[in-house]
Amino acid sequence: MAKIKLHRKIPHIDMTPMVDLFSLLLTFFMLTTSFRPQEPSAVDTPSSISEKQEPDKQLMCILIDKKGKCYFNMDNGPDSSTKYREKIVIKMTDQYKIKLSPKQIDKFAKLSFFGIPVQFLPQWIDAKDQAARDEIQNQLKKANKDGIPIDSTDNQLAWWVFFARQIDKDIQVEIKADSETDYKTVKKILDILQDKNVNKFNLTTNLEKVEVKIE
Amino acid sequence: MAEIMESNKPEKGGKRKPKKFSTNIDMTPMVDLMCLLITFFMLTTAFSKPKVMEIVLPEKKQDSSESPAIDKKRALTIILGENDAVYYYEGIAKPDSLPTLIKTDYSKDGIRKYLLKRNKPLYVKIDEFKKKVNKGELVLPKDSITSEIRKLKDADKVGPIVLIKATDKIKYKNFVDIIDEMAITNIARYAVVDLNPLELKMLESAPK
Repeated sequence: MAKIKLHRKIPHIDMTPMVDLFSLLLTFFMLTTSFRPQEPSAVDTPSSISEKQEPDKQLMCILIDKKGKCYFNMDNGPDSSTKYREKIVIKMTDQYKIKLSPKQIDKFAKLSFFGIPVQFLPQWIDAKDQAARDEIQNQLKKANKDGIPIDSTDNQLAWWVFFARQIDKDIQVEIKADSETDYKTVKKILDILQDKNVNKFNLTTNLEKVEVKIE
Repeated sequence: MAEIMESNKPEKGGKRKPKKFSTNIDMTPMVDLMCLLITFFMLTTAFSKPKVMEIVLPEKKQDSSESPAIDKKRALTIILGENDAVYYYEGIAKPDSLPTLIKTDYSKDGIRKYLLKRNKPLYVKIDEFKKKVNKGELVLPKDSITSEIRKLKDADKVGPIVLIKATDKIKYKNFVDIIDEMAITNIARYAVVDLNPLELKMLESAPK
């Protein structure tokens, strides 16, 4: 009697439709994604009813954390050829007589928020990763030198704002402060901005529903 | 890795048949990879952009320290105090007759109730206009909606002119809240100004 040959078959599922679906989803996410810039300090913004969206480009963001330390970020302008970030940092370092190599400038353009005195900028740029940058930040914190200086003796924030506005004429100002930040600090920063002729501010807030009843 | 399934082995002595390979490609690793990528993009993507509240502060003028004249009947001063306290008084403070401060808070029955009462005519007008737009009775582009509201606000002659004065010890949240109240109650005119000495005196005797 002939042996019955057992066909050993691995159950095979056709994955093609799944792959199709996944590639569609992937394309969708890749195209719609806009990366959040990493924030140096967790900030819990207050809420308001405003539904206006944060502008995409040409925005400088001043982040003020709970302790009143100030961080700064600006973007590269409407497209990658404008290179506003590079131009601003060149102006700023010239002002403070700090030399940055072209490589450092290039690297700076790719980074995000910074909250250090400009004197520490080369060191901060050269740090090999985020952890090393955090380390610099922490060391400055111990010496109570972190955050961008806003005192009248060495008002670096004012210079950053000044150069940002000089390079990018249409730049808007966004202020992102923690709800527990002292108003005094915020007021000081608003004053600095007003001294540089900025009178329109965007305050980042969470959307909140309102209850209104008229009698 | 392609999985190749061999067809039956050629029989001995027979003609050599060309080997048949199935063209099934194992897609599992590809699916794995895609899953990972999708998860990554889903988690990093920011769908809703942060909302911003726009404020415009008056330009700083070096030359004139005088404040513009305000109709006494319309003036309303809100003082933001420590520990989420809000004080307000109507009219203008004069050294000989100091108005008493009324204490309230940021809740919907606090300052909002009072502001709505004061600003009712304008609030109703703007509210009706917004309702019309929402119902679709009025079809307008977004820009003209804001400019229409602005026109309504400019035409208003009875609503309060609010002066917001912040003491040093308040939190940023309080400041945003009060500006937000202005937006909620459709106050046409408000300004953020500094406290004057009279008001500091009034604050001392204010209810705690």
